[in-house]
Amino acid sequence: MEHLLDIDGVSKRFVKQTTLGERIARALGAGGAPEIVRAVTDVSLTVSRGEVVGLVGESGCGKSTLGRMVAGIYTPSNGRIRFEGAPVAVSRGRRVEKLTTRVQMIHQDPFASLNPRVRVADTVAEGPVAHKLVSQKDADAYVADMLERVGFDAASRRRFPHQFSGGQRQRIAIARALAMKPDLLVLDEPVASLDVSIQAQVLNLFQDLRRDLDLTAIFVSHDLGVVRHVSDRVAIMYLGRIVETAPTRTLYAAPAHPYTKALFESVPKIGAGRGVFRPIAGEIPSPLAPPQGCHFHPRCPSAGPRCGREAPVLKSIGPGQSAACHLHDGGVA
Amino acid sequence: MTAAAAPSRRARLADVWYDYRQSPVAVIALAIVVILLVAASLAPLISPQNPYDQATLDLFDARLEPGSVGGGGYVHLLGTDGMGRDLFSAILYGLRVSFTVGVAAGAVALALGATVGLVAAYYGGRIEALIMRTIDLQLSMPAILLALVLVAVLGQGMIQLIVALVAAQYAYFARTTHGAASAERRKDYIEAALSTPLPARRVLFKHLLPNALPPLIVVATVQVASAISLEATLSFLGLGLPMTQPSLGSLISNGFQYLLSGRYWISIYPGLVLMVLVVSINLVGDQVRHVLNPRRGR
Amino acid sequence: MSDVVLSVQGLATAFATRAGSFKAVDGVSFDVRRGEVVGLVGESGSGKSVTGYSILGLIEPPGQIVGGRVLLEGEDLLALSPDKLRRMRGARVAMVFQDPMMTLNPVLKIGTQMAAAVRAHDRVSKAQALARARDALGTVGIPSPEERLDAYPHQLSGGMRQRVAIATALLHSPSVIIADEPTTALDVSIQGQILAEVRRLADETGTAFVWITHDLAVVSSLADEVCVMYAGRIVERGPAEAVIASPRHPYTQGLLASVPSLHEPGERLPQVPGSAPPPMERPEGCAFRPRCPRATDACLVDPVIQTYDGERRAALCHHPIEPDAAWNTSSTSTASRSAS
Repeated sequence: MEHLLDIDGVSKRFVKQTTLGERIARALGAGGAPEIVRAVTDVSLTVSRGEVVGLVGESGCGKSTLGRMVAGIYTPSNGRIRFEGAPVAVSRGRRVEKLTTRVQMIHQDPFASLNPRVRVADTVAEGPVAHKLVSQKDADAYVADMLERVGFDAASRRRFPHQFSGGQRQRIAIARALAMKPDLLVLDEPVASLDVSIQAQVLNLFQDLRRDLDLTAIFVSHDLGVVRHVSDRVAIMYLGRIVETAPTRTLYAAPAHPYTKALFESVPKIGAGRGVFRPIAGEIPSPLAPPQGCHFHPRCPSAGPRCGREAPVLKSIGPGQSAACHLHDGGVA
Repeated sequence: MTAAAAPSRRARLADVWYDYRQSPVAVIALAIVVILLVAASLAPLISPQNPYDQATLDLFDARLEPGSVGGGGYVHLLGTDGMGRDLFSAILYGLRVSFTVGVAAGAVALALGATVGLVAAYYGGRIEALIMRTIDLQLSMPAILLALVLVAVLGQGMIQLIVALVAAQYAYFARTTHGAASAERRKDYIEAALSTPLPARRVLFKHLLPNALPPLIVVATVQVASAISLEATLSFLGLGLPMTQPSLGSLISNGFQYLLSGRYWISIYPGLVLMVLVVSINLVGDQVRHVLNPRRGR
Repeated sequence: MSDVVLSVQGLATAFATRAGSFKAVDGVSFDVRRGEVVGLVGESGSGKSVTGYSILGLIEPPGQIVGGRVLLEGEDLLALSPDKLRRMRGARVAMVFQDPMMTLNPVLKIGTQMAAAVRAHDRVSKAQALARARDALGTVGIPSPEERLDAYPHQLSGGMRQRVAIATALLHSPSVIIADEPTTALDVSIQGQILAEVRRLADETGTAFVWITHDLAVVSSLADEVCVMYAGRIVERGPAEAVIASPRHPYTQGLLASVPSLHEPGERLPQVPGSAPPPMERPEGCAFRPRCPRATDACLVDPVIQTYDGERRAALCHHPIEPDAAWNTSSTSTASRSAS
């Protein structure tokens, strides 16, 4: 099978920037160790051409950080991300230089991701023109074509983002990404800030574009219902690690990891009646100080002594399905 | 959606003006600034005398009281100074100097400061640390001291004066730009531009700069006022333009010696004009800040 | 209906802007009974939050309440003097915001501010106030409440802070708590915990909740009654289960139909066309008309409330959906499948 994207043993740590005062204090022996957020820890994942992979998890699970590394906004601290065999971005000192235009990203909040002072036509055209995907003189027709794909007429080109509603803005952001002729899209919570009735419009548009343009995508979301709707395969993340990955139908029919199961049960469902959900006990630990061993063990109903000592690795447990849990490793946790 | 289809820039300006009008004091202040600006630019047409032309000065007219008629046959509305200059004319010409120096110094300082601040915010890391520490160091010194030293080194003249004022003031623009641009830098649209990826120059000037501008407009108005008073201070101390081209500051200093002998007008009228101008510009700046404040949720 | 604790009748709130005044809330009426959770559902701009703020008299200029009554146990809150209303707030009716930091002071310990909240309405000693604060924290399921009293808000997680905000609202055993999107910013596993606690509190203490949210799933699993708002009006209300199982208003139906988890993966979602009109551009007659598949010329006239099931359900529509419309049967079957 041809892998379009190869994520291999990737970790990302963020060190909290220190001020001059803190550095002096530390040099003098005062002040604690620098704060390190382990956003992503040793994640491996592959995406094949034409596939949509959902990345699901709660806050602090690292799904957005992983998405941003794939989109070339961050580079990994360890491990490698290769798109068609080559890295997406490299670090030059503190700056990140993106090496390809064929991976594009769509942000969560369309009110923040569009420059309020740039007209829609320029927003869509500037990328392709800068990279000579289209000549300046053909840019108008190109932009019109892109905007038509996402459901706008020609009149909308001269307008500014604030003249559009949230759903319309998100479609403009999609047009901007498509104009770069991407092979891989990273969508970071693309419908989370939209109203329910608008969410459906954008999800339908995504499905149409996917079919028409043969898109490959990583779809980052906290919404299990949305991910089930758009993804072929889903990876569940918890505190920087992938705990389970499986084809969508398998995962939703038979979740294997205790966290996945608990997550499904804690989600309120429409029409299931009052108070039938069972919430997971306890809080999500801080990624500054994740628990030893399996990160989920303090909240896990099936945790045993081994779970606090040893971090389980992701193991294949069925066709296409893998889980990182000691329960699937000889059955004794 | 049809209502929103019209081009918006004019509508937004109308909104800004509507909000600005809500403060009568600010409207009066703006009117004063405009009147003074018009009067200064039309000075050769409305002033009875050209105070720069030594030939028209008559020492017999020196220190005439306001309202008296001098050798020229016209009324000296605000009296004359120790060299027989008509004060009304001198003030109008002095305003020209003030506006020219203030606006020119403000504009150059803005361009320089904004670029420096923008570069610091965009590149981050060592470049940012180096630039911003230099700026902090400079801001810890009083602007007037820096301007004094520079004028003393560079000598007298309009250009030298502007250079000195720019050097004293660009740091304020740099710091403001850096603050605004650092906040914008973290926003998603910059991340989107970087991940496209767009060339650095385009991200800097097309995306970052226009969005960091609104706070700069406020600083610019205040800095123009402060450049005008700095210029007046330097002239008062005799370090501004030569006495043949009196500015408001040198007029005040000129009349200073007569203040206690009852010839108040020589110092007081230029002083009043300077004060009204500086206060008005600051009031305008305050209201602009209020109107452009993003927290007002427009 | 003696157990009605809060009765909102014809509430209207207008906002003055440069372009003219508009009604963010336009004649909203509903009742809240003891121990009941009423879900106020709507999309952004529907007026659901303004309704909540209006009930508590928290509307500030350019907004103004221009009509209606808010009866709390028979007493009209809108007719009270600002001073009396302030004494009522926090004691007999309380508010929980989406951002708990709206009520929490970042520089004071949890115990200090909760004790101050107790003593704002009751003359008790500091020790008694602290004891009541600790009990309230225990009530909302906060582990080791004694220690939390000594914590500052920033030392707590978002979910914990929201629980503290709810505990603070509960201090004076108010009849009603108005909660504005209180779990929207929280993770699903934490949201689940809070919803479970709120359900238990309503059942055990008899405190009623008005739960303002955009999330139909939350309403479905939490609320007894639901009011669906669109463009400043309640377009449908009734028992949550019944409304979700068979909506009468086309807007409610459209909302429910567009939820992805009620469909097969990848299936095309039925979508409500267009978007909600800005308040200044609401069409004549029924505001939903331009987006409505059932709209006719009749809809150019303002619809009147129609009631069903012995007044337990109501819809503001000229062409309400009959209970046995085909969509219902298919939706209940998919719903049960996704829930299994």
